[in-house]
Amino acid sequence: MSALTAVLRRDLRLAWRTPGDSVNVVLFFVLSTVLFPFGVGPAAEILARISVGVIWVMALLAALLSLDRLFRQDADDGSLDLLALSPAPLEFLVLGKVLAHWLITGLPLIIASPLLALFLQMPREAYPTLLLALLIGTPTLSLIGAIGVSLTLGARRGGVLVALLVLPLYIPVLIFGVGAVEAASAGLEARPHLLLLGGLLALFLPLSPVATAAALRQALH
Amino acid sequence: MHDGTAQLAAAGLVCDRGERRVFAGVEFKVGRGEVLAVVGPNGTGKSSLLRLLAGLLPPSAGTVSWAGAPVADDPDAHRARLHYIGHADALKPALTVAEALRFHAELRGVSPDAATMASALGAFGLGALANLPARFLSQGQRRRAALARLIATPAALWLLDEPTLGLDAESVGRLESALERHRAAGGIAVVATHGGLDLGAHATLDLGGSAP
Repeated sequence: MSALTAVLRRDLRLAWRTPGDSVNVVLFFVLSTVLFPFGVGPAAEILARISVGVIWVMALLAALLSLDRLFRQDADDGSLDLLALSPAPLEFLVLGKVLAHWLITGLPLIIASPLLALFLQMPREAYPTLLLALLIGTPTLSLIGAIGVSLTLGARRGGVLVALLVLPLYIPVLIFGVGAVEAASAGLEARPHLLLLGGLLALFLPLSPVATAAALRQALH
Repeated sequence: MHDGTAQLAAAGLVCDRGERRVFAGVEFKVGRGEVLAVVGPNGTGKSSLLRLLAGLLPPSAGTVSWAGAPVADDPDAHRARLHYIGHADALKPALTVAEALRFHAELRGVSPDAATMASALGAFGLGALANLPARFLSQGQRRRAALARLIATPAALWLLDEPTLGLDAESVGRLESALERHRAAGGIAVVATHGGLDLGAHATLDLGGSAP
């Protein structure tokens, strides 16, 4: 457990000292979302209609963009060897890294999302549900992404491969995430969608560290 | 000179990388307080052998054993007893030498106190560089920062892959005395080297001779 917190602390400290990666992800999220009113026109009813989908899709793409930083540097500078050689189970260390990744990239997306919701004229009553859905959904994105990047670590140009592996697995998160917020916008019950999102998180929370650690060990061969 | 019991032993080790057989039939025995030097031309599998001994790479055939028991039976215990210094120094440009050292000790489940940190840094002459981010270090200084891990946490088995790469004569001397203290305490080291390091090795394994 202390090794997990050591990994978490180190990654947060690195992100604090070199904030570029984290800022890039949020900037991508904000700027690309802001383009939509220019693309589809400023009509409030159209923007409100697409707002939930746009925010979720952009959050997905921003998460995808941030994945490469998860293990690439550790693999290149030899840190991954030492993570794998820690007496602590690699699965725990992976969990620490994924948690750090979510805090560095997922949490800023959640914080930026109300601003974008305002910009896209999303109905006010849906804001709490949007935040809650993102809070449950974005950790799942990091967990799924970890599997994808660890599998493609051996490939020099892994970026496209990661998208191919990860995006299909992101679709359920997208569907239930959007479903929850749309339901709240329409004054319906968002709870079933949120529960399904929670179910996905509960599925990937144990699955991802195990699969990722196995893939990392393969990559080290 | 030594009690003759083999603490670390390898039997019939075979290593394949992709389609290529790197080495086969590697055998050795190392007792407590002994150093095994691994020599051989480039590409004969010195690094692969060390990764294999560390458990990072599974052997295609053969076994590595510690005190008579195959290490594959209890990989967690094996990882806890070894230090591996590979070609890469595992330093982050934004982290200081001391932060990196502390992190790697914590990875091994140890939180080193100030005295341990000071002695680890001092053993490789890093005292003045402790609070310098790694991006400002020269290659030799980076190497020393990696080697300081050997002192920061105890481990019975040191696996060193070309540890003198980029080191000046004084630092090589520091490494030699660190190895000497490790041996005196009953530790084992397996060192891949092209020479330039006085290991006082009890045995030399020439991988150039065992290639098929």
